[in-house]
Amino acid sequence: MYRYDEFDHTLVAERIGTFRRQVERRLSGDLTEDQFKPLRLMNGQYLQLHAYMLRVNIPYGCLSSRQLHQLAFIARRYDRNFGHFTTRQNIQYNWIKLDETPAVLAALAAVEMNAMQSSGNCVRNITADQFAGRARDEIEDPRPWCELIRQWSILHPEFSYLPRKFKIAVSGAPSDRAAVKLHDVGLYLRRNADGVIGFEVLVGGGQGRLPYVGHTIREWLAKDDLLSYLEAILRIYNLGGRRDNPQKARIKVQVNALGPDEFRRLVDEEWAQIRNSPLLAVPGAEIERITAYFADPAWEKLPDAPVAVAGQRKSDPAFDAWYRANVVEHRAPGYAIVNLSLKAPGIAPGDLTADQMDQVAELADRFSLGELRVSHRQNLVFPDVRQTDLRALWQELQKLSLATPNIGKLTDIIACPGLDFCALANTRAIPVAQDIGRHFSDLAVLQDIGELTINISGCMNACGHHHVGHIGILGVEKNGEEFFQLTLGGSSAEDASLGDRLGRSIPAAEVPVAIEAIVCRYKALRQVDERFLDTYRRVGIEPFKEAVYGNSPQRRQAVA
Amino acid sequence: MDTKGQMVLANRLTDGHVVFLAADGGWVEDIAGGALASDQDAAQRLLAAAQLAESRNAVVEPYLIGIRNEAGRRQPVSFREAIRAAGPTVRTDLAD
Repeated sequence: MYRYDEFDHTLVAERIGTFRRQVERRLSGDLTEDQFKPLRLMNGQYLQLHAYMLRVNIPYGCLSSRQLHQLAFIARRYDRNFGHFTTRQNIQYNWIKLDETPAVLAALAAVEMNAMQSSGNCVRNITADQFAGRARDEIEDPRPWCELIRQWSILHPEFSYLPRKFKIAVSGAPSDRAAVKLHDVGLYLRRNADGVIGFEVLVGGGQGRLPYVGHTIREWLAKDDLLSYLEAILRIYNLGGRRDNPQKARIKVQVNALGPDEFRRLVDEEWAQIRNSPLLAVPGAEIERITAYFADPAWEKLPDAPVAVAGQRKSDPAFDAWYRANVVEHRAPGYAIVNLSLKAPGIAPGDLTADQMDQVAELADRFSLGELRVSHRQNLVFPDVRQTDLRALWQELQKLSLATPNIGKLTDIIACPGLDFCALANTRAIPVAQDIGRHFSDLAVLQDIGELTINISGCMNACGHHHVGHIGILGVEKNGEEFFQLTLGGSSAEDASLGDRLGRSIPAAEVPVAIEAIVCRYKALRQVDERFLDTYRRVGIEPFKEAVYGNSPQRRQAVA
Repeated sequence: MDTKGQMVLANRLTDGHVVFLAADGGWVEDIAGGALASDQDAAQRLLAAAQLAESRNAVVEPYLIGIRNEAGRRQPVSFREAIRAAGPTVRTDLAD
């Protein structure tokens, strides 16, 4: 784990001091709401439907057990005993009082966490593959690069008032678990023809009202050039991004208006001027210092795939089902990566109570070297579990309702907070996720369906990533009623694609039944070992339209 | 108790909680304790009082909402405001 140095500590402490004074001035009336709003947003504080919400960064998804205990303390002392993990590796508290916010920020700083730039028109939390440093298919650990980008982008004087927010994701593996192609800038660590590791650079991905898959503007970028190239991209965006219309202010609109080739040309032109600036050189000593924090932990020398675990799986089908769904290969022999599902039937996706946080932190100490991760699919990960400990861990997780064997399955649903909390939402998202979770609670059915993601957003802003769910669900309000529009065929992985609209929107109560109809049609059409997304891509949307809306002339007309 | 008309809803500055403007110019969390305007003139007077309170930093973003009668109780007309008035429909196990 990265540890703050004296500069980090000073910067965060000064920032809290500044915000404390700003809060005091707001409460005393020296600042109006219009003056104060951009200041609180840059410190992660929103005013939502029921209260102030505080969004806390979990940088590139890494969390220590000590930090999770502190998050539990904050939930208990300052909030209502729970937190909500988001699709951007943040945690949100829904009921933080304005006058207590500086105290919360101080409590976060005590464990080297902060909420800086978790909102506002600036570079947001840098996100990464939740299996970083542990995945077998990884080319290189992305975390040191994420940390370098974090340090470069925090309080960057030129990029604190961008046209709109700016999101960067990094993956060190060819399997994309971080939705890299759906970010303003996406970075994949890649080898070039000479085997040298650098970055493939994508720009202009994003969701919201105008969804786009990002364009590769550089197949390979030397590591030494990372900051100067990012600076060039941000400069072109900062200068040319639209400021007249917030709906069209993201870099994706600029990139797609200019075309990726022209955008690349502008970036290269700018880059040529700043590429050799000593200010933007990747400092060798600094990247070494950062990388040292992410050195492999002291893994024991263990045999891989011990016979005892195979025996446990054979004798206990429930353990075997969990193992197959939630356990992932680790690059160290004898170890495993374990997904903790925050998607038990009927639970709000991504929610964790304060008691659960404390208990998970204790389990992380006992089973995962005190470290855990947060995924953009709103689950937690234990990155370093001895394979011989898996069964004991599974038994403990069951007691906390965190062992549902559904990772990557239909009920592993992404859902935004929706109209239950969010001031932007048109409809609720969490109750729809809960209904689907209850409807498909039979684990044998889930296993038979296989890999299938459902993502739900309560409005067009798409915080629930509905565009890239294998099945996407978008809430729309019609005459005061909640309706939901389905899309099929989206993906946020390396084969990223945007979903196609299935037809007219349907009432909330009909959503689980419609999903059931889609799944039944898929099962009838699928070939051996063919996942839903591949079946959809092979057969197209028509069979699924018919499954949901029927084929009478009236219904077909309604769908059109 | 009147059950139809308009009320003013806002977030309280200090904690952001949803509050309703009361007849005495104070702010209350219970919809039943808020002032109800039965005509447009009364509604505008309520809104003016709320905007004054906003300028004095008591509340943030006050606005008028429609109220209807539901089984003898006040209920916001819009679904969004009903959720604001009653709180989230989920995580009721963890309500304050």
